[in-house]
Amino acid sequence: MLATALVSGLSLGSIYGLIALGFTLTFAVSGTVNFAQGSSVMLGAVLCHALVVGMHWPMVAAIPVALLACAVWGLVVERIAVRPFVARGTNSWLMATVALGIVLDNVVMVLFGKEPRALPSALADDPWVIGNVGIFPLQVLVPVVGLGLASLVHLGMHRTGLGLKLRAAVENPDAARLMSIDVTMLIALTYAAAALLAGIGGILIAPLYNVAYDMGTLFGIKAFAVAILGGLTNPWGVVIAGLAYGLVEACATTWLGSSSTQIVTFSAVIAALALAPSGLFGRRTKVRV
Amino acid sequence: MPTNLTRRQALVLPAGVALGSLVGRSAMAAEPVKIGLVAALSGPSAKSGEGITRGITIAIDEINARGGVLGGRMLELVRRDDESNPAKGQTAARELIDKEGVAVIFGGIDSPVSLAIVPVMNAAKVPFMGVWAAATNITRNGADPNYIFRLSAVDVLVDRALIKHAMTSFGSKKPGLMLVNNGWGESNLGGLTAAAEAAGVKLAGAEKFDDKDADMTPQLQRLREAGADALILVGNAAPGAQVVKSLQRSAWTVPVVSHWGISGGRFPELAGSWAGKVHFVQTYSFFGRQNDVGKRVLAAMMAKYPDVKGPGDVTPPVGVANAYDAMQLIALAIAKAGSTEGPKLREGFLGIESYQGLIKNYTKPFTDTNHDALNENDYVMVRYNGDQIEPIAG
Repeated sequence: MLATALVSGLSLGSIYGLIALGFTLTFAVSGTVNFAQGSSVMLGAVLCHALVVGMHWPMVAAIPVALLACAVWGLVVERIAVRPFVARGTNSWLMATVALGIVLDNVVMVLFGKEPRALPSALADDPWVIGNVGIFPLQVLVPVVGLGLASLVHLGMHRTGLGLKLRAAVENPDAARLMSIDVTMLIALTYAAAALLAGIGGILIAPLYNVAYDMGTLFGIKAFAVAILGGLTNPWGVVIAGLAYGLVEACATTWLGSSSTQIVTFSAVIAALALAPSGLFGRRTKVRV
Repeated sequence: MPTNLTRRQALVLPAGVALGSLVGRSAMAAEPVKIGLVAALSGPSAKSGEGITRGITIAIDEINARGGVLGGRMLELVRRDDESNPAKGQTAARELIDKEGVAVIFGGIDSPVSLAIVPVMNAAKVPFMGVWAAATNITRNGADPNYIFRLSAVDVLVDRALIKHAMTSFGSKKPGLMLVNNGWGESNLGGLTAAAEAAGVKLAGAEKFDDKDADMTPQLQRLREAGADALILVGNAAPGAQVVKSLQRSAWTVPVVSHWGISGGRFPELAGSWAGKVHFVQTYSFFGRQNDVGKRVLAAMMAKYPDVKGPGDVTPPVGVANAYDAMQLIALAIAKAGSTEGPKLREGFLGIESYQGLIKNYTKPFTDTNHDALNENDYVMVRYNGDQIEPIAG
């Protein structure tokens, strides 16, 4: 049972971590997040389905196009639902991002339909079997991609000129502006990257789950819990929190039964936050008064 | 003001009144009898709503071609989408009763929606006809008088059939249960536990899943470790497909016997290559030798719907067949009652003597103590072959 729980938990946990990385990126740079990150998950999966199943594109061509569209959607979210409200100094971006996500979900519902559809993949049809435990190749790929992207985000932040500018914008946006760093553009880019990460999550989960206009809601909520748990500002912390969340979820179902899953998982989140209010790996922010 | 009538006026006036009355009566005769349907017309179970719609429509076309009901009134179907949501279903039922003035309301696939509508119908004294949702307490709801009728499976009876099939077809001695986490799952937990006890088999365990669960391998592993030698599945198409995909992922080739919820959506597409392994229950199959009604309905379906080219395209057959027979019984009840008023129509249902239908020859289908027209002798076990539903040989 342990092996099954590990496989299930690590695979789903990587998806949560991947989506939660998007929260980390935008929050680190702008102090805002796209609360409709789940809708970007859905957008990646739905576009991939439309291109592969609807228009018979090969998967290798469909994935970059779907991800590009997700990145553009991220820019739209930032421009419409975040920037105007931040400029006015209000927190209304919170509601605006939720609302924009609902709009996207419903537009997709009209265009794509309400019925869930399948996204077939050769990586999710023939499992590798070891003893009593089976695993689809895609389930191995998911954590690899998750950890690989977390490494990329980390390297990008610490080893590139763009990363230096980002960190400068994080430390002191006004000083960064004086150094002719376009902070507004940087924030927009992080929104694009966040939506792209969510889109990757959606495309990875679609063959294991299914594709539907409302598929992102639950993933978005769990990913936000993971982001808070990991400490919003720490990419590695968020990924580890994602894996931990997935494992707790799978272990609770395996040993305590499915009725206990949500009770145990969310109680664990509350307990962890009570012990570490800034998240398990987050930095405590000092506020000078 | 003149009050005296001339002779001509005295002759013409009564004739005019009589003519007016005739015209009025013929206008009344032309007023259609509205039949309501509250079902999932969109979402994961949209195919169930489409099947029910088609069954009702074919029956209405036949009845209207015969001259309608109550001396020439045509039947007219008015549909509302409940989106598998009990609150939306309840609101739609109220609207159909209050604004549309329907004589009767058909229900859809979702037991929670039907259970929410039941008290509305009993309070409004308007008959409800369930043609898919199988929760036992939909018809056995304790109301007196009870306005709820059903021409569909009943969980408590289906549960006996599922356990029996697992034992006879797969030699199961220890089946495990995979149940959707809602009122329908609860209804079947009680029924399956009782059925297993009555059949003398021990259950390996009962696991629940939610409609949006992405991975059900942990639940399945629990049943596997508990020694389950067959699975009984109760859920709709999308989560049912997730159960099958999780089985495939675990490479666990255990037999699966399912309630019929999986036939209400795109189960073969969503479940993938293992979809055909699942045996499930239906009330009718359009394959094989058909009675006269079966031949007539299949021909009408093929003539009316271009996508129906043969028996395999009548999907889901349970929705079509149940709705067709139920609509014919409603027409008989209206004729018996001589009215569309709820209390009289209810008595009309109880007064139906016999009807040669698609599924069977009904004799006294409804009585004071039994509001379910079908029983366990009316079930057939089937499986998917591609997109088509075929009976299991033997």
